[in-house]
Amino acid sequence: MKTTADETRLEQRFQQRIEQEQKIEPKDWMPDGYRKSLIRQISQHAHSEVIGMQPEGNFITRAPSLRRKAVLLSKVQDEGGHGLYLYSAAETLGTPRSELIAALQSGEAKYASIFNYPTQSWGDIGAIGWLVDGAAIVNQISLQRTSYGPYARGMVRICKEESFHQRQGYEIMIALAHGSPAQKRMAQDSLNRFYWPALMMFGPHDSESAHSARSMQWKIKRETNDDLRQKFIDQTVPQIEYLGLQHPDSEISWNEARGHYDHGEIDWNEFYAVINGNGHCNRQRITHHIRAHEDGAWVRDAITAHNEKLRKRAQQVA
Amino acid sequence: MSQERLELFEVFVRSRRGLDHKHVGSLHAEDHEQALEYARDCYTRRSEGVSIWVVRSRDICASQEEDSECFFDPSDDKPYRLASYYKLPDPVDNM
Repeated sequence: MKTTADETRLEQRFQQRIEQEQKIEPKDWMPDGYRKSLIRQISQHAHSEVIGMQPEGNFITRAPSLRRKAVLLSKVQDEGGHGLYLYSAAETLGTPRSELIAALQSGEAKYASIFNYPTQSWGDIGAIGWLVDGAAIVNQISLQRTSYGPYARGMVRICKEESFHQRQGYEIMIALAHGSPAQKRMAQDSLNRFYWPALMMFGPHDSESAHSARSMQWKIKRETNDDLRQKFIDQTVPQIEYLGLQHPDSEISWNEARGHYDHGEIDWNEFYAVINGNGHCNRQRITHHIRAHEDGAWVRDAITAHNEKLRKRAQQVA
Repeated sequence: MSQERLELFEVFVRSRRGLDHKHVGSLHAEDHEQALEYARDCYTRRSEGVSIWVVRSRDICASQEEDSECFFDPSDDKPYRLASYYKLPDPVDNM
């Protein structure tokens, strides 16, 4: 049995590694809280990738051209793959995937609340690629430097693959914004509906964020919610200008002294309402996930039965 | 025991924390334990690694080189999976 002195030594060594910017790897000793925080964050990230397939999947059959359809299919396929990378990273911490998925389906685990908004028009597919993936990329670039090795490596791979997601979305927005008056209205409407929820993706203000401080100390998170959000706000302004659309935030203005854009306040009541289950699509998203999971049960059963048959056959031969 | 009868193991070395284990070669050994020690002596004599994996070669399932054309060609006609496929105007090309 380990003594308290052993534990203290292990903890010191762990903290030292963190401070020296060394990665923590699966078989290293780590504090329980670190392990739990990682499982929570990585699984939540994985759930977001997988649930995020639904709003965009909604438009695969209605993409306006074969090219757009192939691109959208590829993007949705990527999201599924990214879910897999992240579940695998979470599993290196000792929690089996079945438990993570059960927590998603029971509502115990969260996913990015943005995916509880419906996709109502083709413009929304443009806005999601541009803004939602854009916000995710800002966050994920920062997470490439996270202290947990498997998570950091997963982020590098995901960022590399995802580099086309934002560009294809913005390309859709250009086509609409520079198109007919009706198309331009569609682009503006999608921008208006997705801009604020995209800002909410970075989470509550640092002062309100339950896990932020400790995650920063452990270097799971490398930049605060507000800093990342500011980065996204700044990069988005010229992109909106280029499209010739109206900025959804009437208070947006360049602050020379700060070197950043000042902006209006987010509607946090909406944020918490959606997180707590009252978005437009919360129930639909989970119901669909459970149905897809159950519809696939026969495949998993068949694999188990087949393996069992092979095992028995091998036993008979022996 | 003759060396021919020993099992073949593949060796993967992590050169630094934070990097993937990378395949460096293979060796014959009696079991996992011996393979690990032998890999340490063969492949990390100059501190090339901080961690070693050994895997029985027969446990590795590999795609076949002669099948690679039809195995990988579904990706060949999908250039739209690359960021460079999307030409954006200069003012917004930095995304």
